[in-house]
Amino acid sequence: MADSQRAVTGATIELDDLTKRYPGSRQPAVDSVNMEIAAGETVILVGPSGCGKSTTLRMINRLIEPSSGRIRIDGEDVTDIDPVRLRRRIGYAIQSSGLFPHMTVAENIAQVPKMTGWPKARIKERVEEMLDLVGLDPREFHARYPRQLSGGQQQRVGVARALAADPPVLLMDEPFGAVDPITRDHLQDELIRLQHELHKTIVFVTHDFDEAIKLGDRIAVLREQSHIAQFDTPEAILTNPSDDFVSGFVGAGAALKRLNLTRVRDVGIEDVPTVTMDDPLQEIFNKLRERGGNELLLLDRQRRPYKWLRRGDLMRAKGSLARAGTLVSHHVTRDATLRDALEAVLTDSAGRVPVTGRRGEYVGVVDMETLLNSVHELLEADRMAALEHRHDLEESRAHQTQEQLESGFAGGDQP
Amino acid sequence: MTGGPEKHERLAERQDPGGEPAEQPIVSMLPSTPGRKVSTKKLVFTPIVIALALVGTYLWITNIPLDSIERNSLSGGAVRQALWQQIKLVVYSTFFVLVIAIPLGIALTRRPLRKAAPVATAIANLGQSIPSIGLLALLTFWLGIGPGTALVGMVAYAVLPVLSNTMVGLRAIDPSLVDAARGIGMSGWGVLRKVELPLAVPLILAGVRNALVLNVGTGTLAGFVSGGGLGTIITNGIVTQRTRVLIVGSVLAVALALLVDWLASLAELQMTPHGLEAG
Repeated sequence: MADSQRAVTGATIELDDLTKRYPGSRQPAVDSVNMEIAAGETVILVGPSGCGKSTTLRMINRLIEPSSGRIRIDGEDVTDIDPVRLRRRIGYAIQSSGLFPHMTVAENIAQVPKMTGWPKARIKERVEEMLDLVGLDPREFHARYPRQLSGGQQQRVGVARALAADPPVLLMDEPFGAVDPITRDHLQDELIRLQHELHKTIVFVTHDFDEAIKLGDRIAVLREQSHIAQFDTPEAILTNPSDDFVSGFVGAGAALKRLNLTRVRDVGIEDVPTVTMDDPLQEIFNKLRERGGNELLLLDRQRRPYKWLRRGDLMRAKGSLARAGTLVSHHVTRDATLRDALEAVLTDSAGRVPVTGRRGEYVGVVDMETLLNSVHELLEADRMAALEHRHDLEESRAHQTQEQLESGFAGGDQP
Repeated sequence: MTGGPEKHERLAERQDPGGEPAEQPIVSMLPSTPGRKVSTKKLVFTPIVIALALVGTYLWITNIPLDSIERNSLSGGAVRQALWQQIKLVVYSTFFVLVIAIPLGIALTRRPLRKAAPVATAIANLGQSIPSIGLLALLTFWLGIGPGTALVGMVAYAVLPVLSNTMVGLRAIDPSLVDAARGIGMSGWGVLRKVELPLAVPLILAGVRNALVLNVGTGTLAGFVSGGGLGTIITNGIVTQRTRVLIVGSVLAVALALLVDWLASLAELQMTPHGLEAG
């Protein structure tokens, strides 16, 4: 079963002039949204409260029926099909988890597979698999009731339920809005990991721009009536907000937020001379002298950063490696964001921290200078890319208008 | 009879989600769990009190000399018949109350009929605010005398608690749960059956319990409209000025009411879905 199931990844979603008009109000709540979402992409709808982002999301699975416009999923027009059948093909996770309090965790997760008529044995297997997937021990959790879980655990079960029938599309309506910041951070990391494995098409609503940057492949910044102010990659929105509304929403510290998007592995890591505990003392002395004032990084037997050694340290400790030098207090992994790295460098008394690999082994060093340089380069590159992108966009638009004009004339000739 | 304000108090008390959040997992169904409506003490205590009262009355009445009128009124057959009629009245009326009130309560919380809800509640309220004996008397003008009239009166009287509890129970459900249920692909009927009704069960059952007890009480008035039941013994006692007869009838009615309430509390305990316990 696994193979055919795994192969299913996301589906494309197209929204065509999607509009919601409530009776009695003159202005539509959502005004002709056009959006194309690629298969396997995570798109975040972000905007101030009341901008219609939730309404837009809920029109995709038709919990709110659109007044006009079309919805296509994987090319199929689903605007008029049976909404109940449609929803069984779309995962749905909401704030406060929406778990049914009178059902156990396992029963909650089994709901959609049960409704779609899976055989019992397969449902059971699937429930265990899903609990595993969201990081909950099936044996411990499957018979529990929702009120016996913490907020974060409930949210995990909510995501497991949404994914249980392996839908290609997952809609998430501020799913992490009601949990504490630390748990939210964990859940976001988990979602990133899940998405890395599953490649679903995810549409995610939030009002938290930082969450949007962290999770989104692309972000749609919405203003009132769901008008799209900008729909682009997080990098582009941070470095080149299309107007005052977007830059206002991005908020202060866009450059700092940009640091969250790049990992230490992507920037230049420097090398410093290293010695290990097993090297003879004489060699260490020589190296220190040769380097003229620079430091040595002493590694332990697993090649993990252990101590910084300076000239004179050894003399003062009377030649004992155990007592010489200062312990390495901060280090970052290669997967750490530049923001984490900057934090560590700022906290470190000498303004440099070792970078470690997966098992904690020494890989290199970052310091203030290299970090600043790479950040400058990044921002510059983003700016260039955004300019180019804008240029391309204008060109293609000009091209389109021209084509339309021509085809208009051609059409006029025919009859 | 149970008056308006008291009833609302009871509703409010039941809606209260129990106060303290469950810190430790509550796995047991033990009635001693804090927040349960029925305590262990009551579970054991009530049947003992009922038994003592019945045995005491029996011993007392069989050990004193009775005159012929009393003997006639309290002969085994007469008492048994009255009791049986009373039970039948309660069972039938409760059945009709359930069949009328629960579907009506469900219908009035569905979107098309939601606007009619205040009207329906007003009518049901009317049924209850008329004194029950007055209602029965009025009904005799329309339906004549007999058990049928008594039954209609009892049903009219007991519909309200079940109806209002059903509606309150369904309305009190967190809308995000209904949203989630619809969102994962349940049909309207599925949402009602799998989510809304199970969650409303505690409140509906509380209403049913209320109705049962009301019915035992109103049932004793059936005697006034020749409807049979324990009311007959009580009326006999009054008319023939035989206090002992009156006492036996009353003790039986009280014991029956307590017993029914006790049975209903057991059912409540049994039927409340797991996972909702301390709530």
